[in-house]
Amino acid sequence: MSAEEAKTETVETKDRGDEARSFFRSVVESNGLVVFLAVVAALVVGAVLVVSADNAVQDSAGYFFSRPTDLLAAAWSAVSDAYVAMFQGAIYNLQADSFSGAIKPLTNSLTFSAPLIFAGLGLGVGFRAGLFNIGAQGQVILGAILAGYVGFQFHLPVGIHLALAIVGAILGGALWGFIPGLLKATTGAHEVIVTIMLNYVGLYLLAWLLSLNSFQAPGSNNPKSPPIDGSAQWPKLLGDNFGLHWGFVAALLAAWGVWWLMERSTWGFTFRAVGANPSAATNAGMNVKMTYVLVMVIAGVLAGLAGGTQVLGTEKALTTGIAGSIGFDAITVALLGRSRPAGIVAAGILFGGLRASGPTLQVQANLPIDIVLVIQSVIVLFIAAPPLVRFLFRLPNPRLMKEVTA
Amino acid sequence: MKLELRGITKKFGDFVANDKIDLTVEPGTVHALLGENGAGKSTLMNVLFGLYDADGGEILVDDKVVNFVGPGDAMRAGIGMVHQHFMLIHPFTVAENVMLGHEQLASNRLLDIDAARRRVLEISDRFGFNVDPDALVEDLSVGAQQRVEIIKALSRDANVLILDEPTAVLTPQETDELLDIVGQLRDSGTSVVLITHKLREVQAIADTITVIRLGKVVGTALPTASQSELATLMVGRDVTMAVDKPKAKPGDVLLKITDLNAVGDTGLKTLDDVSLEVRAGEILAIAGVQGNGQTELAEVILGAVKATSGSITLDGEELLGRSIKSALNAGIGFVPEDRTVDGVVSTFTIENNLVLDLIGQAPFSSRGNIDVDAIVSNAKEKIAEFDVRTTSSKATAGSLSGGNQQKVVLARELSRELKLLIASQPTRGLDVGSIEFVHQRIVAERDKGVAVLIVSSELDEVMALADRIAVMYHGKIVGVVPPDTDRKTLGLMMAGAHQEENA
Repeated sequence: MSAEEAKTETVETKDRGDEARSFFRSVVESNGLVVFLAVVAALVVGAVLVVSADNAVQDSAGYFFSRPTDLLAAAWSAVSDAYVAMFQGAIYNLQADSFSGAIKPLTNSLTFSAPLIFAGLGLGVGFRAGLFNIGAQGQVILGAILAGYVGFQFHLPVGIHLALAIVGAILGGALWGFIPGLLKATTGAHEVIVTIMLNYVGLYLLAWLLSLNSFQAPGSNNPKSPPIDGSAQWPKLLGDNFGLHWGFVAALLAAWGVWWLMERSTWGFTFRAVGANPSAATNAGMNVKMTYVLVMVIAGVLAGLAGGTQVLGTEKALTTGIAGSIGFDAITVALLGRSRPAGIVAAGILFGGLRASGPTLQVQANLPIDIVLVIQSVIVLFIAAPPLVRFLFRLPNPRLMKEVTA
Repeated sequence: MKLELRGITKKFGDFVANDKIDLTVEPGTVHALLGENGAGKSTLMNVLFGLYDADGGEILVDDKVVNFVGPGDAMRAGIGMVHQHFMLIHPFTVAENVMLGHEQLASNRLLDIDAARRRVLEISDRFGFNVDPDALVEDLSVGAQQRVEIIKALSRDANVLILDEPTAVLTPQETDELLDIVGQLRDSGTSVVLITHKLREVQAIADTITVIRLGKVVGTALPTASQSELATLMVGRDVTMAVDKPKAKPGDVLLKITDLNAVGDTGLKTLDDVSLEVRAGEILAIAGVQGNGQTELAEVILGAVKATSGSITLDGEELLGRSIKSALNAGIGFVPEDRTVDGVVSTFTIENNLVLDLIGQAPFSSRGNIDVDAIVSNAKEKIAEFDVRTTSSKATAGSLSGGNQQKVVLARELSRELKLLIASQPTRGLDVGSIEFVHQRIVAERDKGVAVLIVSSELDEVMALADRIAVMYHGKIVGVVPPDTDRKTLGLMMAGAHQEENA
């Protein structure tokens, strides 16, 4: 790691990464109004899709000119059904006969949000340090593997067992973050490619492990581990009637911790400086390569904790699908939250809600679950293109104004 | 062709960049547009060139109102522009660059590169440019690249040629050549608008001078006006061109560089057996055309670039092989050449930029926590001391003007106990007021007993600041001369002519 290499490296990333960096910067710095309007726009687009997917609307369109009100009524009822179902599935069930039944959707949403918040926080730290870590999925999987293994294989007293399982989650994620960080620092390998590949390595490592007898439940050939010991599970937060567990609280604490790290610690200052301008950071004596390694490890730890939450709190056993699409959804969450802890918590809860509302949408509004995914994707699309939102809502471009007057 | 601007107004938000500017360029004349950086010269030319929409006023060509929507319209009307930052595609040949944007097809439906080649040769021969149409642009010197830009404009039959700060990147000799070319263009009937803040050039070549300050035309002058008259008009107050500094009292040698060699990315030698000494309490300025190893020398001392052999000692301590951090801790202050890239983090607040290299240390950090109060009060102090013009210490560095950014960098670098101050192009792109300030601070450091190493391609600055001048050419020190050496000798040395060491 000579000084000359360091210099060349910075210069190269400056050239190659400039466009990508300015994209990420524009996402990270886009203002809250744009984010809000992106969500609004996505809901509008979602409404259009709901309408076009609805049978009653399609039928009434056939005789639109004789009775146009039918089409409008059908469209209105389709859209309102869908969004009411979404509300009831994600936040508050108006038809429930007890208070606990009514708030169950909200607790489900929060349960879904916990791993998204963890992984989103990790990605956010990386984005702000200028690292385009796409590897949360792999890091989540590794965290889940180690946490799960400790959880079902060891049999330890309450407290110690959970703590050790969490340490497993941390180590698993840290390892999967350390590898791309080290490769970037020593060889200049781009983290995007390395982390994407490590996602696959993690996924198939998990599949292979679950084919081994030692990872399978006794007497079964299914790719599913024995259940996690009760002593290694996240305790329930609101009693056994609800799935919500302390992992959610841990995610909130992690958000506070990340806020402290980025805003109040010397490390975070360095991370932000390296992310915003690696050349100036180098000249100020900061060790840019070390920062890359450290940031990737921290991102990995947080994503690993997401995996831990999933396996120790929600699923309670290790399966091939343990990570779902958490690692990828977390990218959206981090972008939507503008890489800030508070924003990530809010975006994580929004996404948890969208996820939780899926079944209700299907059953109650008779809509395919894909519509939720479409809405999620459209939100991302709008977030990723602030100029589009500004154009749609006729907002001025603050960046341009600043540039020309400066 | 006669070009006239009437009452051009251009606003960016509340900021009026051009305020009812009138300008008439008579056919076959050289019209100098003189003003400080940020006065609104480039904005005006961008309006003329159709890059910006004016908020008011009109443009007339041969007394007819025209409306340029984009550069293409301006070019068709016979206006050519050579931007300060060249708009050339480096891996393309000269001929390819010249044909770019108005390519002609040969009979076989392919690009007619021969026609472009002939056009380049024709223009090149007419003005004695000596440019090879098949040379790759990336292989050309900066001066030659500029001539390619001029050929590009002329090949599109430009009757009015706008040159935006054309001499910023040239050696004194290349500058003289360019001024000759401008003279030839005028004699052949092309009008030239010369945008500059350099008084010497204006006096040498201009027929008419329009001075712009803060977006307004503040006066016109004839080239016979004296430098101080022009400077006063440009800055708005009396300025002293010379740096007021007492005689240096050099002490012991602090920085000693011996047989230093370094190799660049492309494998070429950037430093070739460089040996230099800088004493406590003296300013050694390194003069040279950009790209002759000065930047690399500064970076090797800092530790940002590795040397292949040699030695650098600061107060007896070897610097080579150290990290940048330990070099800074050894007492080096570093003002980088490109402050927006290497000096400040433009999205960070001024407060944070002021502690960029101090963040791990007391009083700004304790046990891994940053002390926000200490950072804020440090910023208040430095902003007052260095007269940084800003509305708030929480403003981003990117929102500051170049001069104020440089004050932030300087304030930060001078906050540590220094033995050596390295400043690369310390006043590049700054207004006259900021230049004076920066120069005073540098001299003050010298008088405190710091060894100061200045790298500058502005000969005026080198001569004004230096106690001794070292001239670099192709990575070598051509010679070390006293500061009263005449410009011509320095210019020759910058072009590689050898000079006996006599200082």
